[in-house]
Amino acid sequence: MMLFLSSQLNTYLIIGAFLFACGIYGLLQHRSLIGMLISGELVLSGASVNMMAFNRFLAPDPTVGQIFTLFIMGIAAAEAAIALSIIIAVYRNYKTIDAEDLQDLQG
Amino acid sequence: MTLYSGFFYLLAVIITVATALTITSRNLVYAVIYLVISFLGTALLFYLLGAPMLAALEAIIYAGAIMVLFLMIIMLIQVDEQEGVVSLLNQCFFVIAVIGTTFSLVMLLLYANPGSFLPLQAGMVTPRQFGAFIFQRYWLAVEVVSFLLLVALVGALFLSRSQSKEATYGVKR
Repeated sequence: MMLFLSSQLNTYLIIGAFLFACGIYGLLQHRSLIGMLISGELVLSGASVNMMAFNRFLAPDPTVGQIFTLFIMGIAAAEAAIALSIIIAVYRNYKTIDAEDLQDLQG
Repeated sequence: MTLYSGFFYLLAVIITVATALTITSRNLVYAVIYLVISFLGTALLFYLLGAPMLAALEAIIYAGAIMVLFLMIIMLIQVDEQEGVVSLLNQCFFVIAVIGTTFSLVMLLLYANPGSFLPLQAGMVTPRQFGAFIFQRYWLAVEVVSFLLLVALVGALFLSRSQSKEATYGVKR
Protein backbone atom coordinates (compact mmCIF):
# COMPACT_ATOMS: atom_id res chain seq x y z
CA MET A 1 0.00 0.00 0.00
CA MET A 2 2.80 2.37 0.83
CA LEU A 3 4.75 1.45 -2.25
CA PHE A 4 2.27 2.89 -4.68
CA LEU A 5 1.55 6.30 -3.32
CA SER A 6 1.14 7.45 -6.87
CA SER A 7 -1.96 5.33 -7.36
CA GLN A 8 -3.91 6.74 -4.44
CA LEU A 9 -6.23 9.67 -4.57
CA ASN A 10 -5.00 11.06 -1.24
CA THR A 11 -1.50 11.76 -2.50
CA TYR A 12 -2.75 14.08 -5.21
CA LEU A 13 -5.13 15.76 -2.79
CA ILE A 14 -2.27 16.37 -0.38
CA ILE A 15 -0.25 17.98 -3.16
CA GLY A 16 -3.24 20.19 -3.95
CA ALA A 17 -3.66 21.09 -0.28
CA PHE A 18 0.05 21.90 -0.04
CA LEU A 19 -0.18 24.22 -3.03
CA PHE A 20 -3.27 25.85 -1.52
CA ALA A 21 -1.64 26.31 1.89
CA CYS A 22 1.51 27.77 0.31
CA GLY A 23 -0.67 30.17 -1.66
CA ILE A 24 -2.56 31.35 1.42
CA TYR A 25 0.71 31.70 3.32
CA GLY A 26 2.26 33.83 0.59
CA LEU A 27 -0.93 35.85 0.27
CA LEU A 28 -0.76 36.77 3.95
CA GLN A 29 2.99 37.17 4.09
CA HIS A 30 3.92 39.17 1.02
CA ARG A 31 3.84 42.88 1.22
CA SER A 32 3.66 43.98 -2.41
CA LEU A 33 0.59 43.53 -4.56
CA ILE A 34 2.46 41.50 -7.18
CA GLY A 35 3.64 39.04 -4.53
CA MET A 36 0.05 38.61 -3.40
CA LEU A 37 -1.05 38.00 -6.97
CA ILE A 38 1.66 35.35 -7.48
CA SER A 39 0.42 33.56 -4.36
CA GLY A 40 -3.14 33.76 -5.67
CA GLU A 41 -1.99 31.89 -8.76
CA LEU A 42 -0.68 29.15 -6.46
CA VAL A 43 -4.12 28.86 -4.85
CA LEU A 44 -5.71 28.42 -8.27
CA SER A 45 -3.08 25.83 -9.18
CA GLY A 46 -3.93 23.82 -6.07
CA ALA A 47 -7.59 23.92 -7.02
CA SER A 48 -6.87 22.63 -10.51
CA VAL A 49 -4.69 19.79 -9.18
CA ASN A 50 -7.63 18.81 -6.96
CA MET A 51 -10.01 18.86 -9.90
CA MET A 52 -7.69 16.71 -12.00
CA ALA A 53 -7.23 14.17 -9.21
CA PHE A 54 -10.94 13.81 -8.54
CA ASN A 55 -11.55 13.57 -12.26
CA ARG A 56 -9.03 10.79 -12.67
CA PHE A 57 -10.11 8.72 -9.71
CA LEU A 58 -13.81 9.29 -9.24
CA ALA A 59 -15.45 10.50 -12.44
CA PRO A 60 -17.13 7.86 -14.61
CA ASP A 61 -16.23 9.80 -17.74
CA PRO A 62 -12.61 11.02 -17.56
CA THR A 63 -13.34 14.08 -19.66
CA VAL A 64 -15.79 15.81 -17.32
CA GLY A 65 -13.42 17.05 -14.66
CA GLN A 66 -10.85 18.34 -17.13
CA ILE A 67 -13.31 20.98 -18.25
CA PHE A 68 -13.22 22.52 -14.77
CA THR A 69 -9.45 22.78 -15.02
CA LEU A 70 -9.81 24.44 -18.40
CA PHE A 71 -12.23 26.97 -16.93
CA ILE A 72 -9.91 27.59 -13.96
CA MET A 73 -7.19 28.42 -16.50
CA GLY A 74 -9.44 30.88 -18.32
CA ILE A 75 -10.52 32.54 -15.07
CA ALA A 76 -6.90 32.77 -13.92
CA ALA A 77 -5.92 34.46 -17.18
CA ALA A 78 -8.74 37.01 -16.84
CA GLU A 79 -7.90 37.60 -13.18
CA ALA A 80 -4.21 38.13 -13.92
CA ALA A 81 -4.94 40.61 -16.71
CA ILE A 82 -7.40 42.67 -14.65
CA ALA A 83 -5.32 42.59 -11.46
CA LEU A 84 -2.11 43.55 -13.25
CA SER A 85 -3.79 46.51 -14.96
CA ILE A 86 -5.19 47.60 -11.58
CA ILE A 87 -1.66 47.33 -10.15
CA ILE A 88 -0.33 49.48 -13.00
CA ALA A 89 -3.06 52.06 -12.30
CA VAL A 90 -2.27 52.05 -8.58
CA TYR A 91 1.43 52.46 -9.34
CA ARG A 92 0.69 55.43 -11.59
CA ASN A 93 -1.27 57.19 -8.90
CA TYR A 94 0.68 56.33 -5.78
CA LYS A 95 4.19 55.46 -7.10
CA THR A 96 4.21 52.35 -4.94
CA ILE A 97 2.69 48.90 -4.85
CA ASP A 98 3.37 48.26 -1.19
CA ALA A 99 0.10 47.25 0.41
CA GLU A 100 0.94 49.05 3.65
CA ASP A 101 1.36 52.35 1.82
CA LEU A 102 -2.07 52.09 0.24
CA GLN A 103 -4.13 52.37 3.37
CA ASP A 104 -5.43 55.90 2.96
CA LEU A 105 -8.34 56.74 0.69
CA GLN A 106 -7.95 59.60 -1.75
CA GLY A 107 -10.85 61.03 -3.64
CA MET B 1 3.79 0.98 -12.76
CA THR B 2 7.20 1.47 -11.16
CA LEU B 3 8.28 3.88 -13.89
CA TYR B 4 5.07 5.81 -13.34
CA SER B 5 5.70 5.86 -9.59
CA GLY B 6 9.27 7.06 -9.93
CA PHE B 7 8.24 9.81 -12.32
CA PHE B 8 5.46 10.82 -9.97
CA TYR B 9 7.79 11.04 -6.96
CA LEU B 10 10.22 13.18 -8.95
CA LEU B 11 7.39 15.50 -10.01
CA ALA B 12 6.02 15.75 -6.47
CA VAL B 13 9.45 16.71 -5.12
CA ILE B 14 9.93 19.29 -7.90
CA ILE B 15 6.49 20.84 -7.33
CA THR B 16 6.91 20.97 -3.56
CA VAL B 17 10.40 22.47 -3.58
CA ALA B 18 9.60 25.01 -6.30
CA THR B 19 6.43 26.12 -4.53
CA ALA B 20 8.21 26.50 -1.21
CA LEU B 21 10.96 28.53 -2.91
CA THR B 22 8.32 30.67 -4.62
CA ILE B 23 6.73 31.90 -1.45
CA THR B 24 9.96 32.32 0.48
CA SER B 25 12.14 34.12 -2.05
CA ARG B 26 12.39 37.84 -1.47
CA ASN B 27 13.19 38.87 -5.01
CA LEU B 28 10.01 38.79 -7.08
CA VAL B 29 11.82 37.82 -10.30
CA TYR B 30 13.16 34.68 -8.63
CA ALA B 31 9.67 34.00 -7.25
CA VAL B 32 8.20 34.12 -10.75
CA ILE B 33 10.90 31.82 -12.13
CA TYR B 34 10.31 29.26 -9.36
CA LEU B 35 6.59 29.57 -10.04
CA VAL B 36 7.24 28.73 -13.71
CA ILE B 37 9.07 25.57 -12.58
CA SER B 38 6.16 24.69 -10.29
CA PHE B 39 3.67 25.17 -13.11
CA LEU B 40 5.72 23.04 -15.49
CA GLY B 41 5.74 20.30 -12.86
CA THR B 42 1.98 20.65 -12.53
CA ALA B 43 1.65 20.35 -16.29
CA LEU B 44 3.61 17.09 -16.27
CA LEU B 45 1.42 15.90 -13.40
CA PHE B 46 -1.62 16.58 -15.57
CA TYR B 47 -0.02 14.51 -18.29
CA LEU B 48 0.44 11.67 -15.81
CA LEU B 49 -3.20 11.98 -14.83
CA GLY B 50 -4.24 11.41 -18.42
CA ALA B 51 -4.77 14.88 -19.83
CA PRO B 52 -2.18 15.72 -22.50
CA MET B 53 -4.31 18.57 -23.86
CA LEU B 54 -4.53 20.27 -20.47
CA ALA B 55 -0.83 19.68 -19.88
CA ALA B 56 -0.01 21.54 -23.09
CA LEU B 57 -2.44 24.32 -22.23
CA GLU B 58 -1.02 24.66 -18.72
CA ALA B 59 2.53 24.88 -20.06
CA ILE B 60 1.59 27.38 -22.78
CA ILE B 61 -0.93 29.61 -21.00
CA TYR B 62 0.13 29.44 -17.35
CA ALA B 63 3.87 28.92 -17.50
CA GLY B 64 4.20 30.85 -20.73
CA ALA B 65 1.79 33.72 -21.21
CA ILE B 66 0.70 34.65 -17.68
CA MET B 67 4.18 34.36 -16.22
CA VAL B 68 5.69 36.48 -19.01
CA LEU B 69 3.02 39.07 -18.21
CA PHE B 70 4.04 38.98 -14.54
CA LEU B 71 7.73 39.32 -15.42
CA MET B 72 6.99 42.25 -17.70
CA ILE B 73 5.01 44.06 -15.02
CA ILE B 74 7.70 43.39 -12.40
CA MET B 75 10.37 44.80 -14.68
CA LEU B 76 8.12 47.74 -15.63
CA ILE B 77 7.46 48.67 -12.03
CA GLN B 78 10.59 49.19 -10.01
CA VAL B 79 9.86 46.92 -7.10
CA ASP B 80 12.42 47.40 -4.38
CA GLU B 81 14.45 44.29 -3.79
CA GLN B 82 13.76 44.19 -0.09
CA GLU B 83 10.11 43.73 -0.83
CA GLY B 84 10.09 41.21 1.71
CA VAL B 85 8.19 39.56 4.26
CA VAL B 86 6.15 40.65 7.18
CA SER B 87 8.58 40.32 10.01
CA LEU B 88 6.53 41.06 13.10
CA LEU B 89 6.35 38.09 15.40
CA ASN B 90 2.64 38.16 16.12
CA GLN B 91 1.80 38.45 12.43
CA CYS B 92 4.01 35.45 11.64
CA PHE B 93 2.29 33.56 14.41
CA PHE B 94 -1.08 34.48 12.97
CA VAL B 95 -0.06 33.39 9.48
CA ILE B 96 1.32 30.06 10.66
CA ALA B 97 -1.81 29.47 12.75
CA VAL B 98 -4.05 30.05 9.73
CA ILE B 99 -1.99 27.78 7.48
CA GLY B 100 -1.72 25.05 10.09
CA THR B 101 -5.45 25.11 10.70
CA THR B 102 -6.24 24.91 6.99
CA PHE B 103 -3.77 22.13 6.25
CA SER B 104 -4.70 20.05 9.30
CA LEU B 105 -8.41 20.39 8.50
CA VAL B 106 -7.75 19.11 4.99
CA MET B 107 -5.73 16.20 6.39
CA LEU B 108 -8.49 15.40 8.86
CA LEU B 109 -11.05 15.39 6.06
CA LEU B 110 -8.86 13.12 3.95
CA TYR B 111 -8.17 10.52 6.59
CA ALA B 112 -11.59 10.55 8.20
CA ASN B 113 -12.99 9.19 4.96
CA PRO B 114 -12.28 5.47 4.72
CA GLY B 115 -13.36 5.26 1.10
CA SER B 116 -10.71 7.61 -0.14
CA PHE B 117 -8.05 4.97 -0.80
CA LEU B 118 -9.13 4.32 -4.33
CA PRO B 119 -7.21 2.41 -6.95
CA LEU B 120 -6.02 4.16 -10.06
CA GLN B 121 -7.82 3.30 -13.24
CA ALA B 122 -6.21 3.64 -16.59
CA GLY B 123 -7.65 6.47 -18.57
CA MET B 124 -6.25 8.84 -21.15
CA VAL B 125 -8.25 11.49 -22.93
CA THR B 126 -6.89 12.43 -26.31
CA PRO B 127 -7.17 16.05 -27.45
CA ARG B 128 -9.66 15.00 -30.10
CA GLN B 129 -12.00 13.46 -27.52
CA PHE B 130 -11.57 16.45 -25.26
CA GLY B 131 -12.41 18.98 -27.94
CA ALA B 132 -15.40 17.00 -29.16
CA PHE B 133 -16.70 16.65 -25.62
CA ILE B 134 -16.32 20.36 -24.87
CA PHE B 135 -17.95 21.63 -28.02
CA GLN B 136 -20.75 19.09 -27.99
CA ARG B 137 -21.87 19.33 -24.38
CA TYR B 138 -20.32 22.36 -22.74
CA TRP B 139 -20.36 24.88 -25.58
CA LEU B 140 -22.42 27.37 -23.58
CA ALA B 141 -19.92 27.40 -20.72
CA VAL B 142 -17.06 27.80 -23.20
CA GLU B 143 -18.84 30.79 -24.70
CA VAL B 144 -19.37 32.27 -21.22
CA VAL B 145 -15.66 31.88 -20.43
CA SER B 146 -14.66 33.45 -23.73
CA PHE B 147 -17.03 36.33 -22.99
CA LEU B 148 -15.39 36.67 -19.57
CA LEU B 149 -12.00 36.91 -21.26
CA LEU B 150 -13.37 39.56 -23.62
CA VAL B 151 -14.72 41.55 -20.66
CA ALA B 152 -11.35 41.23 -18.92
CA LEU B 153 -9.61 42.52 -22.05
CA VAL B 154 -11.93 45.51 -22.33
CA GLY B 155 -11.59 46.15 -18.60
CA ALA B 156 -7.80 46.11 -18.72
CA LEU B 157 -7.89 48.49 -21.69
CA PHE B 158 -10.30 50.80 -19.87
CA LEU B 159 -8.25 50.85 -16.68
CA SER B 160 -5.02 51.75 -18.41
CA ARG B 161 -6.73 54.28 -20.72
CA SER B 162 -8.57 56.25 -18.08
CA GLN B 163 -5.48 56.49 -15.92
CA SER B 164 -3.34 57.66 -18.81
CA LYS B 165 -5.92 60.34 -19.66
CA GLU B 166 -5.77 61.59 -16.08
CA ALA B 167 -2.01 61.62 -16.27
CA THR B 168 -2.15 63.67 -19.48
CA TYR B 169 -4.48 66.24 -18.02
CA GLY B 170 -2.60 66.29 -14.76
CA VAL B 171 -5.67 65.83 -12.61
CA LYS B 172 -4.10 63.87 -9.81
CA ARG B 173 -0.36 63.75 -9.12
